[in-house]
Amino acid sequence: MRRLGNLLPGKLAKLAAAAVLAFVLMAAAAPLLAPHDPAATDLFRRLQPPGWMAEGDWAYPLGCDALGRDILSRIIYGARVSIFIGVVVVLIATAIGIAAGLAAGYLRGWVDRVVSGLIDILLGFPYLIFAVGLMAMMGPGVLNMVMALAYKEWVVPARVVRGETLAARETEYVEAARAMGASSTYIMAREVLPNILSPVIVVASVRIAQVIILEASLSFLGLGVQPPTASWGSMVADGRGYILDAWWVSTFPGLAILLLVLSINVASQAVRDAMDPRFHD
Amino acid sequence: MRPALLLQRLLHLVPVLLGVTVIVFLMMSLTPGDPAEIMLANQNATPEQVASLRHDMGLDRSLPVRFASFVGNALRGDFGQSLFHRRPVADVIAERLPATIELSAAALIFALLVAIPLGVVAAVHRGGILDRLATVGSLFGVSLPGFWFGILLLLAFAVNLRLLPVSGAIDFAHQPPTVTGFLTIDSLLSGRLDSLGNALAHLLLPAVTLGLPMAAILMRVTRASMLEVLRQDYITFAEAKGLSRARILALHALKNALLPTVTVAAIETGSLLGGNMVVETVFGWPGLGRLVVESIFVRNYPLVQAAVLLYAVTYVLVNFVADLLYTVLNPKVRM
Amino acid sequence: MTDHPMPEPLLSITDLRVAFATRGGLVRAVDGVSLEVRAGECLGIVGESGSGKSVTFASVMGLIRPPGRIEGGSIRFGGRDLVGLDPAAYRRLRGREIAMTLQDASTSLNPALTVGTQITEVLLAHAEDLPAGHGPRRRAARQRAIDMMRLVGIPAAEGRLDDYPHQFSGGMRQRMMIAIALSCRPRLLIADEPTTALDVTIQAQVLELIAGIRATLGMSVVLITHDLGVVAEYCDRVAVLYAGQIVESGPTAQVIAAPRHPYTAGLLRSVPVLSDLDRPIQPIPGQVPDLVDLPEGCRFLPRCALAHAACHAAVPMRGLGAGRAARCVLAEAAP
Repeated sequence: MRRLGNLLPGKLAKLAAAAVLAFVLMAAAAPLLAPHDPAATDLFRRLQPPGWMAEGDWAYPLGCDALGRDILSRIIYGARVSIFIGVVVVLIATAIGIAAGLAAGYLRGWVDRVVSGLIDILLGFPYLIFAVGLMAMMGPGVLNMVMALAYKEWVVPARVVRGETLAARETEYVEAARAMGASSTYIMAREVLPNILSPVIVVASVRIAQVIILEASLSFLGLGVQPPTASWGSMVADGRGYILDAWWVSTFPGLAILLLVLSINVASQAVRDAMDPRFHD
Repeated sequence: MRPALLLQRLLHLVPVLLGVTVIVFLMMSLTPGDPAEIMLANQNATPEQVASLRHDMGLDRSLPVRFASFVGNALRGDFGQSLFHRRPVADVIAERLPATIELSAAALIFALLVAIPLGVVAAVHRGGILDRLATVGSLFGVSLPGFWFGILLLLAFAVNLRLLPVSGAIDFAHQPPTVTGFLTIDSLLSGRLDSLGNALAHLLLPAVTLGLPMAAILMRVTRASMLEVLRQDYITFAEAKGLSRARILALHALKNALLPTVTVAAIETGSLLGGNMVVETVFGWPGLGRLVVESIFVRNYPLVQAAVLLYAVTYVLVNFVADLLYTVLNPKVRM
Repeated sequence: MTDHPMPEPLLSITDLRVAFATRGGLVRAVDGVSLEVRAGECLGIVGESGSGKSVTFASVMGLIRPPGRIEGGSIRFGGRDLVGLDPAAYRRLRGREIAMTLQDASTSLNPALTVGTQITEVLLAHAEDLPAGHGPRRRAARQRAIDMMRLVGIPAAEGRLDDYPHQFSGGMRQRMMIAIALSCRPRLLIADEPTTALDVTIQAQVLELIAGIRATLGMSVVLITHDLGVVAEYCDRVAVLYAGQIVESGPTAQVIAAPRHPYTAGLLRSVPVLSDLDRPIQPIPGQVPDLVDLPEGCRFLPRCALAHAACHAAVPMRGLGAGRAARCVLAEAAP
């Protein structure tokens, strides 16, 4: 039992990492993998059940939605939206967060006061409320969604970087560099940054999962990706009205979100455990 | 707590609240759409009429002036007219607020009731079956999209098993006389147990959906801090004193272990407040969250603006109160 | 010199074996320890960290938790065997008949509870002669707590019951911990490194306090320490532990005057002695052996200057007369 317990997390993490990779490949190769055009409607196949059910057709394995579109193909294309937004938002946020956090933590003074003040104010907003408020104003769309999420998301890496920089600032290697007359920019980029990168990567990997859920939530509310683009969140919303007669329309896209987010969470937990023994309990 | 410390905390609150207000104001003021044009959109208004309305609404003044009047009005509880309802925004929000508060409170209670005992048990029986189940469960909890999970719960318990109602906060026949607007409290005040049962039945699924991610996170936090606390000398000493296991866990360990739980619970109310919009939409809950989503689609911006501000101010205050609670729980800070 | 007839010992440990399962293998932290504590006496337990001295008495307290396990032997206290005693009976014993203080009072007192709570809870859990009724019981426990705090020399005791541990100085915290341990007037006090965490000036005060209370209450004391100087001053007898075994035991004065085990002799050379400050301090070379996969022979062998061919076989404890014994092939009975 004990041996099984020690082995399982490792295997589970590998499985999760493989699943994440599979989702990414699926998104990249969507046109090759999808059996049908995700936007092609066919009213004869309206709410057609999955392949294994009576009246189902294996050409449409997960069934069709209210407009007769193939759910599997839409899920495959939907992975593009989720992964794109998750990765791009976190990348932008991490870039901004590193710059702001380094400047605040290393330069201190008014820079720190401005950055910390802005962080405090943005932390005053519940995340989804902030994003909904912005989306309400900017209107729906992928680009607007990336902006709405990144405006707040950068706070997360910025706080991590600021905290780590404050600690790194006092270390010997930074003091040595300062004594040798290195510029602040040089020290921040060459001495501090490489040493604080691992917590930033750990945080980023977890945040991708959270951003994907936020994207799906916005799309579910109708504020995110607009039809006919397939997004998992809006697919769940589409199926909500037919839940009595066609459970599959909402169920499968939601399952896709759960699987992707769960895989990212499990894999990033393993990354975290491997990178930072402090997180072990 | 020393009055000076309390004052210092209160003073820190002011710039944050001001900053939040500025952002909400800018969010809505820098929007492409013009509220006056939106209001008159279906009425074939002449440009003169639009200009006159703009003047009435104060839209022709400079941004700082408009901000000052926005803050002044907001402090008096005046958020303008709801463009859709043709009534003051504050009235419309006040009407919907109790349902949202009731749902959020129920979700918070659910999260705490699940997370704390489970976190304690998982830590005490570390590595056991229950610990593993709880750990796997918490991973699912943070990975579940709430809107989807809510639909599945509806499908299972309301549609297929017919155990619970599908939507709304109460059935018409059980509506208690309105006193506070909180259905559970009004039911108790009027002594109508049927109303209470009906209200709770409506509350159950939305509260579980809304509280689940929070429960998952709080479970992990409680487990981790409990593990840390159980390693401490004062737990060994308490055992050496011959105290009962229950007293050691519930008093000696938990009182210390709950400090991080309180902090994280306060931070996670943010996801509770945001989750309102999603969960209220799924369950047809007559609260503020659904009102905000609906208002966005009819471009009822004054209402959205007021609601976003209300949510943010609530969140800031919740964290402030949690900060105070932390100092009460932790005697070292109280000094 | 002939042995006086001895009364039945209060505590007698026979062939105690305790092991911890670790990733590296089974750590035999205590491997065949036998010792006695007589009524009213003070026994010193000396050894480096990892010698098994604390684990031995954690076993007496019933505080060995997985992955640790008592593998064999018996612990008789007041006429019954404590190994395998049911948890409820053990709880009634701990804090009431056997009390323990830990090394560092600043980590052993619960930071989140007042010292009043921490002392009265022992009385409320154990004392049978408190008056009935919630209020009177509590008041009586408080009064007894105050008396005990006075006894250990805490000034203005009544006023300090509602203080938290961090409001006390280091020395006062140590006194508070002793007061808590002694509140039910136990027959045996196990003091685990009572002075290690304290300033030198306060060390003597605390030891005098324990010695004084021992006389007042007529209890037995086990003083666990790595400091032979402390043992010389306060203990009637001493047992020296090395790598999970007792290597030498006997009346303190004789053991210190003429140690019969090279390890004891080494320990004596490695501490400064007030009467002979000119003598150079010589640390014992080498390290305590890994407690996994110990060889059969003498465990001190790799560090011993007097190593011998016979040392590679198992070395039993040899009685040397006059209550002394040593685990060394070179130890000879006194002529």
